[in-house]
Amino acid sequence: MRLLALLLRRLAWFVPTLLGLLAITFVISRVIPGDPVALVAGDLATPAQVEALRRQLGLDRPLPVQFVGYVGALLRGDMGTSLYTTRPIAEDLARRLPATIELTLVAMAFSIVVGIPLGVVSALWRNSILDHALRVVTVSGLAIASFWLGIMLQLLFAMRLGWTPLNGRLQGFPPPAVTGLYLVDSVLAWDWPAFGAALTHLALPAATLAFPALATLVRFTRAGVLDDMQSSSVLYEHAMGLPRSVIVWKYILRNALTSTVTQIGLLFGILLAGAVVTETVFDWPGIGTYAVNSIVASDYNGVMGFTVWAGAIFIVVNLLVDIAQGFIDPRERST
Amino acid sequence: MADLLAVRALEVEFVTEQGIARVLDRISLRIGPGEVVGLVGESGCGKTTLARAILGVLPAGAARVRGGEILFKGRDLLQEDPRVVNEAVRGRAITVIPQDPFTSFNPLFTVGAQVMDLMKWKSPRRGPAAGGARRRWPALLRPYPRARYREDRAAVLEALRAVHLPEPERALRRLPHEFSGGQRQRLMIAMALLPHPDLVIADEPTTALDVTIQAQILRLLRQLVKERGVSVLFTTHDLGTAYELCDRVVVMYAGQEMEAAPTAEFFERPAHPYTRRLLDSLPSPGAEIRDIPGEVPSLIAPPSGCRFHPRCDYATAECRADRPAERSLDSGHRVHCFHPLEPAGGP
Amino acid sequence: MSGAWFVLARLCRDRSALIGLVLILGLVASAVLAPVLATHPEDVYELHPAERLQPPSPAHLLGTDRMGSDVYSRLLFGARITILIGIIAVGASLLIGVPIGLVAGYYHSWVSDLLMRVSDIFLAVPQVVLAIAIAQTLGPSLPNVILALSVTYWPWFARLVYAEMRSLQNEVFVESTAALGASPFRLVVLHVLPSIASPIIVRASIGMGFTILTAAALGFLGLGPPPPTPEWGRTIAESREFLPDAWWYALAPGLAIFLTVMGFNLLGDGLRDVLDPRIRRARANRG
Repeated sequence: MRLLALLLRRLAWFVPTLLGLLAITFVISRVIPGDPVALVAGDLATPAQVEALRRQLGLDRPLPVQFVGYVGALLRGDMGTSLYTTRPIAEDLARRLPATIELTLVAMAFSIVVGIPLGVVSALWRNSILDHALRVVTVSGLAIASFWLGIMLQLLFAMRLGWTPLNGRLQGFPPPAVTGLYLVDSVLAWDWPAFGAALTHLALPAATLAFPALATLVRFTRAGVLDDMQSSSVLYEHAMGLPRSVIVWKYILRNALTSTVTQIGLLFGILLAGAVVTETVFDWPGIGTYAVNSIVASDYNGVMGFTVWAGAIFIVVNLLVDIAQGFIDPRERST
Repeated sequence: MADLLAVRALEVEFVTEQGIARVLDRISLRIGPGEVVGLVGESGCGKTTLARAILGVLPAGAARVRGGEILFKGRDLLQEDPRVVNEAVRGRAITVIPQDPFTSFNPLFTVGAQVMDLMKWKSPRRGPAAGGARRRWPALLRPYPRARYREDRAAVLEALRAVHLPEPERALRRLPHEFSGGQRQRLMIAMALLPHPDLVIADEPTTALDVTIQAQILRLLRQLVKERGVSVLFTTHDLGTAYELCDRVVVMYAGQEMEAAPTAEFFERPAHPYTRRLLDSLPSPGAEIRDIPGEVPSLIAPPSGCRFHPRCDYATAECRADRPAERSLDSGHRVHCFHPLEPAGGP
Repeated sequence: MSGAWFVLARLCRDRSALIGLVLILGLVASAVLAPVLATHPEDVYELHPAERLQPPSPAHLLGTDRMGSDVYSRLLFGARITILIGIIAVGASLLIGVPIGLVAGYYHSWVSDLLMRVSDIFLAVPQVVLAIAIAQTLGPSLPNVILALSVTYWPWFARLVYAEMRSLQNEVFVESTAALGASPFRLVVLHVLPSIASPIIVRASIGMGFTILTAAALGFLGLGPPPPTPEWGRTIAESREFLPDAWWYALAPGLAIFLTVMGFNLLGDGLRDVLDPRIRRARANRG
C-alpha cells in the first residue's frame, strides 16, 4: 500500500514536471530571431506565400494558444510534423527509439556488471597498483569528451585494426522485429550470425557510452565499500570470525548494490546525455541522431519532439528507480 | 586455576593526524574459567581498544600492537596464524556482544539469515575445518547441508527462547529494524552463546539501551553465562552494573590498569586513589556529588609514570617517574600504585 | 585572506589536486600567452591550402589542418575560447543560481516551492539535451553557447545553496542572529555566505569541467562559434573526414579538452577534501 502511495505521489509529480519542460522548450523554440517559415518556404517564395504557409502551420497565432494546441496534440499522440522529413515526428521517433534503448541498456549493463565488482576490489586493495590504475581510469572517465573517445576508438579498432565495423547498427537485414532490440530479436529468431554482427556493431558505441558511467560507478562503489568496511556491522561480522570473502561478497556487496539502484537514475542521465553525441559519431539510427539532424535542418519541431521524449524517458526512469528502491531496501518496504 | 585469558603487558598505539596515541600502556588482565570480569573506566580509557585487541580486530593501518602477549588457553593470539584465529577463536571460542545493537546487524538481511550464517560457520556441532579438510570449497560457495541446517536451526530457536524473545519462528523471518533495542540485544546475547564459547566479550552491552531495560538484559546475561560456565569480559563505565554482575572488577585509566579485585572487596576496600574517587563520585542520597578535578589526559602526550598522577592527591615524585608495579594485597586484590590507600583513609 | 593561503597550502599537499592546479595554470598560460607561444599566430585567420593535412614536424608541432593552418597555434587560441566559455557560463550560473537558492532557502512559502520546482524541471533533463535545444534555436555563436550553458547549469547552484541554507537555519547561530533583529539581507550576506562559500567553490570548479565538456559537445555538433573560430569541439568535428590519415588533427584538440577538464575535476576534488569539514573529520577518524 505504501508503494501505491509512493507511485501516486510520483505520478502527480510527473505531469507538472513534463508540462514545465514542454513550456520551457516551447517558449525557447518559438522565440527566435529570423524566420524558419521563410526558410522552409524557400528563397523563391513571395511574402504572401510565406504568410500562407505560416497560417497553415498555425504559427501566426499567439504563443499561449500555440502551446495549448501543442499540448493538446501531444495528448493525442501527435507531435507535429517534421519540417524536414515531412513525416509525423512521433512516428519518426518511435521508429528510432529501440536503437537508442538497446545501446543505452547494453552500456548500462556493461558499466554495472564491470563497474561494481571493480569498485569493490578497488576498495579492498586500497592503494594497491590496481586501485591507483582504477583511480586514473575513474578520473579520466569524467574528463574525456565522449564524442572524442568514440572517434579515437573508431580510429584504432575500426580503421587501423579492422576489428569492428566503423559505424551503423547492422549491415544487411535486421532480424524479424519482435522487440526492436537486435540482440534479443536475433536470439529469438535463432539467427546467430545476426547476433554476432549486432554485437560487433554495438561494441564501440556501447563502450564509448559506458565509459563515463563506468567511471562514476567504480568511484561510487569504492567509496561505499570503504565506508561499509568501517561500519559496526562489518566489525561485528569480523569479530565473530565470518570468513572475509563472505563478509565482502555477501554483505558488503549487497549494500553496494542497494546504493547503486539510487545511482541508476543518475547513471541513466549520464548515458542519455552521452547518447546524443555518441549516436552521431557512430551513425547510430537512434533518437540522438534524429535530434542532431533536426538541429542541422533547423527543424525545431523535431528538436522539441526529441526533448519531450528524452525528458519523459528520464522522468519515467527516475520514477522506476524510486519504485525499485522501495523494493530493494526492505526498510522502505515494511515501515 | 589456570587463567582462560591472560593479557600481559599489552601495548597498543594508534596513528593519528596529531601524532601517535599510546592507547594501551603495558596493560595486563586475567580472566579465569567461568569468571565474570568487569572492566571499568571512563570513556576513552581504552576498554574497547583492549576488547578489540584481544579479538584481533583493531582498525588495520591505524592501530599497532607494540608489545605484550595475549594468552588464550595458553597460546599467544598475537603469534598465531591469523587464519586459525579467525576460524577457531573468533566467533567460536571467544564471541562478542557489541555495544550498539542498532548498527551491528546488517539492515538488508533478515535476522534469520544472519544468525544461520553464523551457525553455518561457527556451529559448535562442527569444529573448525571439520568437513572442510577433504573438500576445500572456497568460503563463498561452501554449501550448508540440509541436515546440519535443521539441527542448527533447532538450536537457534532454543537459544531465542532462552533469551525470552517472543515468537522465535517469526522473529527469524524479520528484519533487524523491526526489533526494539532490547530485543536486538537479546538476539546478540543468543548469538554470542550459540557457538558454546569459552569467553564472551560484552562491550558496554547496555549503554545504547533505555535505562528501564538495562537491568533486565544484564540479569539475563548473567543468568545465562552462569548456567553455562562461560567467562565474560564485561566493559562498562558504570560502576553500578559492575557491582551487580561481576565476580571481579578491574579499573582502567588512560590505558593503564589501576586496580583489580573481587567485587565485594573492590567496593568495600578500594585501594587505588582513582578507584576511591570513582566510588566517591557515585551520587548517593544526601551527599554532594564530588567530581574528580582535572581532565582525562591526551594519549598522544600522556603523563609519565602513573598516568593518574596529575589528578591524584597523593602523587609523589615516584609516581611521575615510573609506572608502579603490581602490588598484591590480600585475597586476589591487586593494585598498581605506590601509595595504595588503607581501608581507613590515607596511604 | 589567510584562509585562502591555508587552503592553498593544504591543497598543495594533495598530489592529485596539485596536478589539477598545474593543468589549469597551463591552460590559463596557454590562453593568455597564446600570441607569444604560438608558432603561427596568424593561422587563426589565414589559410594556406597548399600546406593542408601535414603530419607533425618541427615547423608545425602538431601538424596542419584541412586549411593548412597550424594545429598547435589554433589549439592555443582555442584555449581562450574554452576559458571564456567556462568562466562566463559558470559565473553566470552562479550569479543566477545562488540568489535563487538563498531566497528559496530562506523563505518557507510557496515562493521557495515554486523556485525549487522550476530548478527541478531544469534538472529533469540532462544538461546536454536542453543546451542543444536552446543553442539550436538561437543559432551557432559564442554568446549563444554561453547563454545555453548558463541557463542549464544554474539549478545545480540553486539546489546546493538551498540545501545549505535550510540546514543552516537549524543552526543556533542563525536563530540567535535573527533574534537579535538582524535584517534578512544582513544575515545572509554576513553570516550565511561565508559558510556556504566552500561548497559553492567546489561545485564551481567541478562545474567548469562539465561546462567545458558540454561546450565542446555543442561545438562538435556545429552549435558553437562558427569558423574560423578555433573552438576545440568544432575542430574535432572538422577532422573526422580526414581520418585515419590525419590522426593528429583529431587527437590534439581531444587531448587538450581531456587535460583541461581533468585539471578542473582534480582541483575540485582536492578542494572538496580540504574545504569540507565533514570529510576532514571522517578522514581523521579513519586514521
